[in-house]
Amino acid sequence: MANKVLVRQEFKVVGTRPIRHDGTDKVTGRALYGGDFSLPGMLYGKVLRSPHAHARILSIDTSAAEALPGVRGVVTAKDLPRPEEGIADVGEGAVNLRFLSDNILASNKALYKGHAVAAVAAVDAHTAEAALALIKVDYQVLPAVVNVREAMKEGAPILHESLRTDAQGQKGTTPTNIASRIQFAKGTLEQGFAQADVVVEREFETATVHQGYIEPHNATGLWSSDGQVTIWCSTQGAFTVRDLVSQILRYPVSKIKVVPMEIGGGFGGKTVVYLEPLAALLSRKTGKPVKLVMTRTEVFEGTGPTPAASMKVKMGATREGKLTAAEASFAFEAGAYPGSAVGAGCMCAFAPYDIEHGKIDGYDVVVNKPKAAAYRAPGATQTGFAVESVVDELAEKLGLDPIAFRMKNSAREGTRRIDGPIFGVIGALDCLEAARASDHWSSRLEGPNRGRGVASGFWFNIGLQSSCTISVNADGTVNLVEGSADIGGTRASIAMQAAEVLCLRAEEVKPTVADTDSIGYTQVTGGSRTTFATGWAAYEAAHDVLRQMKERVAKIWEANPADVTYEEGVFGVKGDPKMQMAFRELAGKLNHTGGPIVGRATVDPKGQGGAFATHIADVEVDPETGKVKVLRYTTVQDAGKAVHPSYVEGQMQGGAVQGIGWALNEEYFMTPGGTMANTSFLDYRMPTTLDLPMIETVIVEVANPGHPFGVRGVGEVPIVPPPAALANAIRRAVGVRMTRLPMSPGAILKEMGTV
Amino acid sequence: MATKHHVVTRVNGEEVEFLCEARHSLLEALRETLGLTGTKEGCLDGNCGACTVTLDGRLMDSCLVLAVEAHGREIQTIEGVASPQGLHPVQQAFLEEAALQCGICTPGFIVSAKALLEREPNPTEERIRWWLAGNLCRCTGYDKIVRAVVDAAARMAEVKG
Repeated sequence: MANKVLVRQEFKVVGTRPIRHDGTDKVTGRALYGGDFSLPGMLYGKVLRSPHAHARILSIDTSAAEALPGVRGVVTAKDLPRPEEGIADVGEGAVNLRFLSDNILASNKALYKGHAVAAVAAVDAHTAEAALALIKVDYQVLPAVVNVREAMKEGAPILHESLRTDAQGQKGTTPTNIASRIQFAKGTLEQGFAQADVVVEREFETATVHQGYIEPHNATGLWSSDGQVTIWCSTQGAFTVRDLVSQILRYPVSKIKVVPMEIGGGFGGKTVVYLEPLAALLSRKTGKPVKLVMTRTEVFEGTGPTPAASMKVKMGATREGKLTAAEASFAFEAGAYPGSAVGAGCMCAFAPYDIEHGKIDGYDVVVNKPKAAAYRAPGATQTGFAVESVVDELAEKLGLDPIAFRMKNSAREGTRRIDGPIFGVIGALDCLEAARASDHWSSRLEGPNRGRGVASGFWFNIGLQSSCTISVNADGTVNLVEGSADIGGTRASIAMQAAEVLCLRAEEVKPTVADTDSIGYTQVTGGSRTTFATGWAAYEAAHDVLRQMKERVAKIWEANPADVTYEEGVFGVKGDPKMQMAFRELAGKLNHTGGPIVGRATVDPKGQGGAFATHIADVEVDPETGKVKVLRYTTVQDAGKAVHPSYVEGQMQGGAVQGIGWALNEEYFMTPGGTMANTSFLDYRMPTTLDLPMIETVIVEVANPGHPFGVRGVGEVPIVPPPAALANAIRRAVGVRMTRLPMSPGAILKEMGTV
Repeated sequence: MATKHHVVTRVNGEEVEFLCEARHSLLEALRETLGLTGTKEGCLDGNCGACTVTLDGRLMDSCLVLAVEAHGREIQTIEGVASPQGLHPVQQAFLEEAALQCGICTPGFIVSAKALLEREPNPTEERIRWWLAGNLCRCTGYDKIVRAVVDAAARMAEVKG
């Protein structure tokens, strides 16, 4: 399937497919991830975790553990300074510092099974583990609540006695698990529903799922005797780690250096800290470097999953197929501390459509599960599942083609979302058109128990701060230094944008991801911002290099800098075609014509364009087992401009498959007491090669006017459509409307009335 | 200190000896004792395949093999896949097909895919998917990995000519 290109600019490097700069290290095993790092004399840390989902910690006795030969130090919440009240910004959300600190080491209460209670450093990991068993914790077990609706009820066990509902700034007066209620409204809802000929209202639920990165969390800390702290870890944001550790330990940022190692997946889950403050604390206590690596069970039980949600969506449309009104209530599990992505879920829910009257309520609710973290388009997949299922049902009731119905109601430039913003240039309609024109949509799907579904999705993308420096080498290449963790090829997509400006080949720009002492502040790799914002910083830094090189040419030629031109890699002077100097030639002269040239830039761009996607899924449901087989899958997405199309396709495919896993299999099986019963990859069933077909991609390019090359973020939106696309396909295959994720074999059989 | 065992083995064609405790896994010996950190740890219970190596030519999750079991055997890890002459065709195909994103599962996939192509030079897509089902990748959705293995098979056929 051909990509649909609506970008008008012509490029030489942007839009090509060079081999990524860090590729060889990663296919030879030479790339060093956080878990691969070690220092001489290093100790190994392990974390003791609460066996109870909700318990008061009456006392902790670490003396027997400390007495074990080989143990060098033990820390508990007593070793953490009491944090001041305050809010820390971590890029994709804000967190309360006291809660943040308590999540590192529980102080008076354990709020989920797996909550860290103490940490040990010893000469090896086995000794540290043995020491954990010697720590005596006296718990007073409390009733737990592990479901959002239960947690919202009167009389539910209360997690935080001090928590009061924040309803649009109004504070509640009684203890509650509802941390906040938000509301967005547009038009007059009653009027909208009065205009509707058909109204569909349904309730939906989604289970807790995990980001599932293959690399467990890790951190190595060294607290030097001069007070300088260095932390090596796998993180999506080295500066975020520095800021959070600084706030948790109440220690100056200037004394903390975070060295980002290669990162083995994050998907939002590595935008916060867990082990990093512990590595620093244990190092301070022992005087040695200390490394901690989580087990897979710890990752499931102790790190941010994505919120389970309980949702209600009501939408109305006229007989002609015009949406008139939309109403939704979304309750999200925040986990043990407030701060789920319900706000983002509300913002994205109805965004693909132009709807005159709407109201969205969102509830952020604490439950006895690990504190939720961002997961790829956080919140949007849950709400998208609900809304796109209802949209599909409306189309069905109206007898309209599901793509035509979506096109008729598609958001466009100028559409105001229910949560307020007015869209600029967007590709919502273009994605639908490309989906309708795809080979997949026009192909025939025959056979019993087979069905085709379609769904759209939206993610707003973010901008935020990035920094970049570029130094010119004497051989005419450049070294580029940036601060964005490279999770999936962004060294390449950033270097390519500098190469485009400098008229160099992608291979002639050598990118390095630097530590927090070596580059200006750069926000997390998250929010689909990296190729957009750090790429923009590279673009500006490259222009800074060119400006300085033009000045140098002017100096050498005794010309006016304003008259110096740069085209096709050659400097010239207006009006004198004989004067020419190639970039490489000038690069070789820098050191004896005034010194080296380093370009620099910092950016905080606001023009991120929202991203839309439309997916098409063909499924076959086995009526005997309830198993859903994905026969064919196509992702259509507006990338703005695909800087490196292979890695854009990779994001689309990977996001879609995470969405397929979420839709069909993945789930935290929780016992009523709050224990996750499936804490391994055997039982937490992520998609394998055998579960999938090839994932077809159609890149649509509707240039984002808010970026020099038209780039939009691409990483997140592809996870949004799959659950609804599959639910809609299942509906056509076997006639049942699935309203709960995952749509596992058992759930489908139950819905079909087989069991 | 627990009693240690003396293990003599071959890793990537070179004789290697090390001391280990009975409870140490081969993965731990490779990474912690021998410094061969290209073999990755993802789950420690044999479900992700990031630690895939070959033991006497047979694919293994090295987290499920005890280090002492390596005695007198022949181990191949990701570090032994490329040669001084350059990358193996599977590695080259992974690069050119963009078959990796974060890269943490990549060593395991390359070791597995190489083992497949050494046995079956021209596998179908279905066969590739069957063979690689023990290796989890969370980034790519596997599409480009499967394509890379198909591509690598073609490259290897060309070399054999």
